[in-house]
Amino acid sequence: MKQKTLPFQGTPEQEAQLKKVIAEHKGQKGATIPVLHEAQNIYGYLPIEVQEMISEGLNVPLAEIYGIVTFYAQFSLNPKGKYHIGVCLGTACYVKGSGDLLNKIKEILGIEVGECTPDGLFSLEATRCIGACGLAPVLTVNEDVYGRLVVDDIPGIIEKYRQ
Amino acid sequence: MENVTLKINGQEITVPADYTVLQAAREAGIDIPTLCYLKDVSQTGSCRMCVVEIKGARNLQAACVYPVSEGLEVFTNTPKVRRSRKVTLELLLSNHERKCLTCVRSGNCELQTLSEELGITDIPYDGERQQHEVDTLSPSIIRDNNKCVLCRRCVSACKNIQTVAVIDATERGFKTTIASPFNKSLAEVPCVNCGQCIAVCPVGALREKDATDDVWEALGNPEKTVIVQTAPAVRAALGEEFGMPIGTPVTGKMAAALRRLGFDKTFDTDTGADLTIIEEGNELLDRIQNGGKLPMITSCSPGWIKFCEHNFPDFLDNLSSCKSPHQMFGAIIKSYWAEKNGLDPKNIVTVSVMPCVAKKFECGRDEMEVAGNRDVDIVISTRELARMIKQAGIKFAELPDEKFDNPFEEASGAGVIFGATGGVMEAALRTVAEKLTGKELSSIDFHQVRGTDGIKTAEIPVGDLTVKVAIAHGLGNARKLLESIRNGEAEYHFIEIMACPGGCVTGGGQPIVPARVQMGIDLKKERAKALYTEDANAAIRKSHQNPDIIKLYDEFLGEPGGHKAHELLHTHYQARSKF
Ligand code: SF4
Ligand code: SF4
Ligand code: SF4
Ligand code: FES
Repeated sequence: MKQKTLPFQGTPEQEAQLKKVIAEHKGQKGATIPVLHEAQNIYGYLPIEVQEMISEGLNVPLAEIYGIVTFYAQFSLNPKGKYHIGVCLGTACYVKGSGDLLNKIKEILGIEVGECTPDGLFSLEATRCIGACGLAPVLTVNEDVYGRLVVDDIPGIIEKYRQ
Repeated sequence: MENVTLKINGQEITVPADYTVLQAAREAGIDIPTLCYLKDVSQTGSCRMCVVEIKGARNLQAACVYPVSEGLEVFTNTPKVRRSRKVTLELLLSNHERKCLTCVRSGNCELQTLSEELGITDIPYDGERQQHEVDTLSPSIIRDNNKCVLCRRCVSACKNIQTVAVIDATERGFKTTIASPFNKSLAEVPCVNCGQCIAVCPVGALREKDATDDVWEALGNPEKTVIVQTAPAVRAALGEEFGMPIGTPVTGKMAAALRRLGFDKTFDTDTGADLTIIEEGNELLDRIQNGGKLPMITSCSPGWIKFCEHNFPDFLDNLSSCKSPHQMFGAIIKSYWAEKNGLDPKNIVTVSVMPCVAKKFECGRDEMEVAGNRDVDIVISTRELARMIKQAGIKFAELPDEKFDNPFEEASGAGVIFGATGGVMEAALRTVAEKLTGKELSSIDFHQVRGTDGIKTAEIPVGDLTVKVAIAHGLGNARKLLESIRNGEAEYHFIEIMACPGGCVTGGGQPIVPARVQMGIDLKKERAKALYTEDANAAIRKSHQNPDIIKLYDEFLGEPGGHKAHELLHTHYQARSKF
């Protein structure tokens, strides 16, 4: 497993919830996708531990479950960090260098797009146009929007959330 | 089955109504190219190589899934068909690492054949290519997704036939990749190393971990005595690598070739098989007579053993404690034979030629050594042996027939049939029946346990006892059989399980037969025939009458199941994680 992420921190309550969902769907045809949806609602994402529970519970091979999870964009293998960074790769932002911003963030945080830092603080996503082209290039941290950025702005922004 | 008559390229043909257009065309002698289709394994209609024109249908149809019907008119060679196939193939090739010069499958690659047949001379769409890391961590299998054409034949073999299901399609679109969960290596998931995925792959994306360099190195080392043994199934298929018809037994030429490669002794694993029968038969009798754990299940197939350890840990006590034949034989070579010849086992290298890639994992298991000496040092597959013979410039077809070396020159016919499904059972029955009753069997051919049905069962009268036996080959069948026992639906005394469908003759290390050839024959049957013929012609056909084995017990081992036998010939198992 190459993905960097924070260790699984599922609670007994979440596990009980998931078991209930599995029990409700067991034996039904096409149960896997609905169960994965509910599992993602419970945990926020679908780590290996959760996928193994579903595999065991529904008697569906783990490889098949993983195949489904990676096929559909709405499923996520990684948790969202406390601060979720979205870098706009829409055309306007991209031509103004948002790709360089993204690379800088990856470099500082040591994670790839879709991953979460092991301390659970930051996760990173490449987004489509968020409709702020006038401010290009743009990135968001949770609800905060930063525009007209240059690469040198990045360390300061990240530092701000580390405080 | 009802028949229907259809026309292909204007030619009338009558075929059973459940045929596909592809099957009908083959019967009419008309070739349609295929890639994702493989008889009994995969029929998804996804690659679109096999498209044909159907009168009245607007779009081209995939012949491998299109059913025949009365009056159907099919055209397999129109400009539209040719153009479509060519574009499909060109697109495939544009995302393919085209390194035929250094590819293990060159010369036996379905993609290469298609490219040649469809007259591809240039790839017009040379765009971005996916780059994949090659997975080399497994002891048995190398996965190189840079050569994968996404036909999913391996997925079907692993999931539907073996029910191991450790690989599947992941991601989507351009990023689609065959992988294990969380992109783990095959070494980190419950892959059982059966190699059936290799056997079904049309290209060089899956291959065995080649150990021929290790063998060459040992052969070149003057300090080492290098001993080779060959499994029964190897002789039934090796000839195919040299252009001989499927089912040609090449025992004599194989022995000659091994000698010319420079092995110091060339032995036959059939001797190990005879030894296994003595030990396993003794174990079975002991379990039956003394209330031991039943059913007892054979332990010759390391893919099956690992499958059991991952998925049926509650059956570990049912497994025979016998090592597999080549491991037993390796242990004997490094003890009895070494002693007899005044050699230090540390200077002996034992090489096994096997139809199997799981044996590469098996020989490295911690349990497989005695007093610090590995039973078997190197395992190579039938395919790797063929490679060595070619590298050495040996003209295989022109070799004389030679014999194996003394003192294990002549194994029994019972040892030979180990390579086919039902063979271990039959060999065991021949010995157990005579040992139990003390009388000679009037007929030693147990036809009830032969054949290629996925699960075979029989009740065999032995003296006052009725021995209930079952045989499963292919792990999906094994799973079914074990579940029926777990649920209390069936009861047996003795079970034979082989991981590969067909048993060792169609093991994951055997020569790879293209889908097109497989369509017309039953590979399992053809290769098994070679073994049953050798058995029928053998002078000795029962393991307990093999004079070398009798001598081995007299001079060295003592009693079957005795102290020495246990130390050298038996092993144990461990539960492993399901994920
Ligand atoms: S897989 Fe086939 S086409 Fe691809 S490099 Fe190997 S031989 Fe050539
Ligand atoms: S070796 Fe067997 S178990 Fe492993 S991936 Fe291939 S088919 Fe599946
Ligand atoms: S690895 Fe081979 S069998 Fe599997 S999908 Fe790729 S090309 Fe097909
Ligand atoms: S679609 Fe028919 S062979 Fe692939």
